[in-house]
Amino acid sequence: MASPAQLSQPPLLEMRGIEKSFPGVKALRGVDLTLHRGEVLALLGENGAGKSTLIKVLGGAHQPDRGSIKIEGKIVGLSNPMAANAAGIGVIYQEFNLVPGLCSWENIFLGREKGFGFVNRSHERRRAQELFEQIGVPIPLDKPCGELSIAQQQIVEIAKALAQDAQLIVMDEPSAAITPQEVRRLFKIIEDLRRRDIGVIYISHRLDEIFEIADRVIVLRDGELAGEDCIKSMTRQRMIELMVGRTIQNEFPKQSHVKQRIRLKVDNLSRGSAVRNVSFDIREGEVLGLTGLIGAGRTETARLIFGADRADAGNISLDGRKLSIRSPRDAIGSGICLLTEDRKGQGLVLDASVRENFALANLRELSWLGVMRSQLERDEFAKHIQQLKIKVSDQEQVTRNLSGGNQQKVVLAKWLQQNAEVLIFDEPTRGIDVGAKYEIYLLINELARQGKAILMISSELPEVLGMSDRILVMHEGRITGEIREVAKATQEQVMEMAVS
Amino acid sequence: MSTTSSTVWWERPFIRDYGMLFVLLLLVVVFSFATLKEQFPIGEDAGKQVASEIIMQCGAGARVLVVTRDTAGDVLFAKATVDALEKAGAKVLANVNGAAPDAKQAIEKLIIEGKRIDAIAANDVTAKWTVYDRYPELSAAKRVTPKSYRWPDFLKVSNLLGVANQTAIYAIIAIGMTMVIITGGIDLSVGSLVALVSVIVAVFIRDFGGGVNASIGVVILAGFIGMTICAIEGGFSGTMITLFRIPPFIVTLGEMMMASGLAYKLSEGRSIPELPNSFFWLGRGETYGIPNPILLMVVLYVIAHIVMSRTVIGRYIYAIGGNQEAARLSGVPVNRVLMLVYIISGALAGLGGIVLTSQLSAGDPKFGLMYELEVIAAVVVGGTSLMGGQGKIFGTLIGAFIIAVIKNGMNLLGVDPFNQKIVLGAVLMFAVLLDTLKRRRSHR
Repeated sequence: MASPAQLSQPPLLEMRGIEKSFPGVKALRGVDLTLHRGEVLALLGENGAGKSTLIKVLGGAHQPDRGSIKIEGKIVGLSNPMAANAAGIGVIYQEFNLVPGLCSWENIFLGREKGFGFVNRSHERRRAQELFEQIGVPIPLDKPCGELSIAQQQIVEIAKALAQDAQLIVMDEPSAAITPQEVRRLFKIIEDLRRRDIGVIYISHRLDEIFEIADRVIVLRDGELAGEDCIKSMTRQRMIELMVGRTIQNEFPKQSHVKQRIRLKVDNLSRGSAVRNVSFDIREGEVLGLTGLIGAGRTETARLIFGADRADAGNISLDGRKLSIRSPRDAIGSGICLLTEDRKGQGLVLDASVRENFALANLRELSWLGVMRSQLERDEFAKHIQQLKIKVSDQEQVTRNLSGGNQQKVVLAKWLQQNAEVLIFDEPTRGIDVGAKYEIYLLINELARQGKAILMISSELPEVLGMSDRILVMHEGRITGEIREVAKATQEQVMEMAVS
Repeated sequence: MSTTSSTVWWERPFIRDYGMLFVLLLLVVVFSFATLKEQFPIGEDAGKQVASEIIMQCGAGARVLVVTRDTAGDVLFAKATVDALEKAGAKVLANVNGAAPDAKQAIEKLIIEGKRIDAIAANDVTAKWTVYDRYPELSAAKRVTPKSYRWPDFLKVSNLLGVANQTAIYAIIAIGMTMVIITGGIDLSVGSLVALVSVIVAVFIRDFGGGVNASIGVVILAGFIGMTICAIEGGFSGTMITLFRIPPFIVTLGEMMMASGLAYKLSEGRSIPELPNSFFWLGRGETYGIPNPILLMVVLYVIAHIVMSRTVIGRYIYAIGGNQEAARLSGVPVNRVLMLVYIISGALAGLGGIVLTSQLSAGDPKFGLMYELEVIAAVVVGGTSLMGGQGKIFGTLIGAFIIAVIKNGMNLLGVDPFNQKIVLGAVLMFAVLLDTLKRRRSHR
C-alpha cells in the first residue's frame, strides 16, 4: 500500500496521455496510469478495451503514437522489449515467452548470457535455484519448459523478471489457466513482491481475485480510462458497470427448462488414465455443469464425446439411439457440437474471414453439389451477426483482429447454424468480457428452452453454480461428485469434491 | 475496440491478392522498351506489300527479279511476292532463293538473255548484297524491300506465344503445388514425376503400341496410365503424411528420389524417341493459332480457380492450411482432403510431364530436373504463403509468368545465364519479403 513517504517520491511508473492506433482501430485514446512502489494495481476492462495494447506499450512491444512514460520521474523511451527490461519492467504475457525446448535456467538467462559466447552453466543454475527458493516454489531445473505445467512456467516467467532486476512486473491474466491452489500460491508470491517494494500490474477478469490482491483498480473502456479508485471504495457492481458502461442487474440470468426425457447418455467412457469410466446423462433442456481442477479430465471427456480423440471404451447415445462416433465429422453429423476451450488454437482459422469461419462447419448446408451458395452463406451469417450482436465491420473482416468476445460469438454462430441437439461448451466465457459473458448466458438459456442438451465445462465456480441445472465434478479422470440442488450448493462444497 | 470499414489502398482485396499483376505489367513495359528495335516484316504480308509497291512505282507491266535467302520465311515471302506480282500482270523474270552467288548467276543469265529488269524485290538482308552494284544494267532497277518498323522483340507475337508455351508446363504443375502449399504442405516430388511419366508414356508406347506407328488409342491410354501412376504416387505421399504424420517435406523428398530412380531404371538411362506423330498434338499442335499447351493451361486455371474460390473443397483446403485442428474440429475431413490435394499435385505433374514429352518428342529420365523448385518459386512469387492458409490460384499463374518474362527478357537482352540465376534468386527473395511485410502489417 502506498505510504505517505512513497507519495512524496516520484511514482514508480507514470504513463501520461498514451495513444495508439492500428489500421482502422484506435486502441488507446490518451490513457493515464500511475503505479507506486509496493503497490498492486488491478487493470480491468472488457476484451478490446485496450488493456493488452497498454501493457504491450509498457513492455516495449508497441510504440505509442503519443504520450510519455516516466520511470521514477525520468522519461524513458521503450523502443523494444530489451529497452523495457533494461528500464526494470518485466511483462508476463498470457502466452508465455519461453522457449519450450530450453530448460528453466536457460530460459531465465536467454539473451543475457554472460561470458563472451560461452554459457556459465554453474552460475546460471545457481542463480536460478536461488530465485526459485526466493519465490518459494521448487521448479525442476533441467526439465524443458515445454514439459512444465502452466503454473510452473508462470513461476519461471516470474523468476525471469526478477533475474532482470525488474522493479515493475505486469501479469496478464495469470490466473486464467491455473488451478485454485496455484492461484493461492501466486497470490503469496505477489504479496512477497509487494513487500519487496516491487510494483505489480495485475490483469484479470475474475473480480473476486481483484478484491483479494489489489490495492487500487483502474478500468479501461474503449481505449479510455473509465474509472479509477482504491479497492476499499470499489464494489463488484461498480467495477462491472465501469467495464460495460451500463448497469447489469443479475450476473447470471439463469432460467430452468429441464424436461423429463433423457437426450444424451454417456456410458463408461474411458481413455487411458485421463478419462476413467465416465457415465452421465443430460435431459432435454438441461444445462449440466462439469467442473474440476485443470487436468481432471473434463476437456478430455468432451473431446471423446465429440470424436476428437478415440475412446478406449464406452457408449454414447442420443435420444436412445446408439451413436458410433469416430471423428468430429461423425459427431457433427449426429447432432453434437463442441465449442473448444482453446478458441484461437482450435476454434478459429484466425487469418480467414469471419464469414469463412462461420461457414466452416456448415459447408454441406451452404452448398449445392459441392459449389458454395455465396448469397445463402452471406444471408445466413448476416442473421447471426444481428442476433448475436457480433461487432464486425463486414463479413470479410479477418477474424484475428476481433476481440475475444466477438471471436467467441463467431464460433457460436458457426455451431448455432448447425442447429445441433447436444452442445458442449468448454469454458465458453474464458477471456471474455462481462458484457459478452452475459449475452452468452442468455444464449444458453435460449438453447435450453429449445430443448437442447447442454454440457457446460467451466473452471469458474460462480459461473458453474450460477448457470447449471445440475453439476458434475471430476477428479483425476473420474466423476467424483454430483450436485443436484444447485441453488443450495456452495463453492466450498464443489471444491471439496474437486480435490478429493 | 472500434473498427472502421475504410482501408488503405494496399489492403484492398484485389491489390492484396493480385498486386503481383502490376509487377508483371511493369516488367512487360520495361522489357518492351529495352528490346525496341527495327523490325522487318517477313512472310506473306511482306510479299504482298512489296508487290504492290513495285506495281505502284513501275506500273503493271513491270519486269521483276525476286531475290531472297532459302529460309522457310524467305521462301514464303518470295512465293507471296511472285503470286501477287503475276496476279497484277507484272512479269517475274526469276525467283532466286539462295545465297549471293545464286543471285549473281541469275542476274548474269538475264543480262545475257538481254532482259530488262525494272525492279528487284528483296528483303532487308538480300537488298544489302553488293552483287547488284557490279552490273550497270541494273542501275535503273529499283530495289524494293518490305517497309521496316520499330517494335519490341519482346512484344512479337511469336515471342509472347513462345514464352507462354514454355511457361505452360510449369504453370500446370504449379496449380497442384499451390493447393498443397495452401494446406501448409510442400510437394518436392513433382520434378521427378515429370521424368517418371515421360519415361512411362514413352516406354509404354514403344513396347506395347509399336513406337512410331502407335495408334491414337494407345497414345491416349499411355497418357492415362502415366497420369494415373503419378496420381497414385501423390496418393502414396498423402498416405504417409496423413496416416503416419511424417512431414510433407521428408515424404516428398523421398518420393522425389524414388520416382527419379524409377524413371532411370525403366528407361535404362536413355532417351526414348520412338513416338508417333499423334502424340505431338498435345505439346506442339495449335488450335485457332494458339499452341495447345497454352489452351490446356488456361482451361485448367479457370477450373482450379473455381474449385478454390467457389467450392466446398476449396474452403476445406484453405481452412486446413489456416488451422488444421480448428478445421478438423469443425468437421472437415482433413485426411481425405490432404490425400486429394497430393493426388491432384501428382496427377498435374504427370500431365505437365506428358506435355513436356510431347513438346520435346521423346521420353527422357532427365526431364523435369529442378522443376519442383521452379514451380515452388512461381507459387511463392505469386503470393501464396509457405505458412499455408493464404494464396490465390491466379496469383500462381502471375508468378509463373513473372519468372518466365524475366528469363525471356534477359535472354533477349543477352544477359549471360549466370547473371540470370542471380537475378531470379533475388526476385524470389523479394517476393517472400513482400509476403512477410504484408503479414506483419495484418498481424498485430
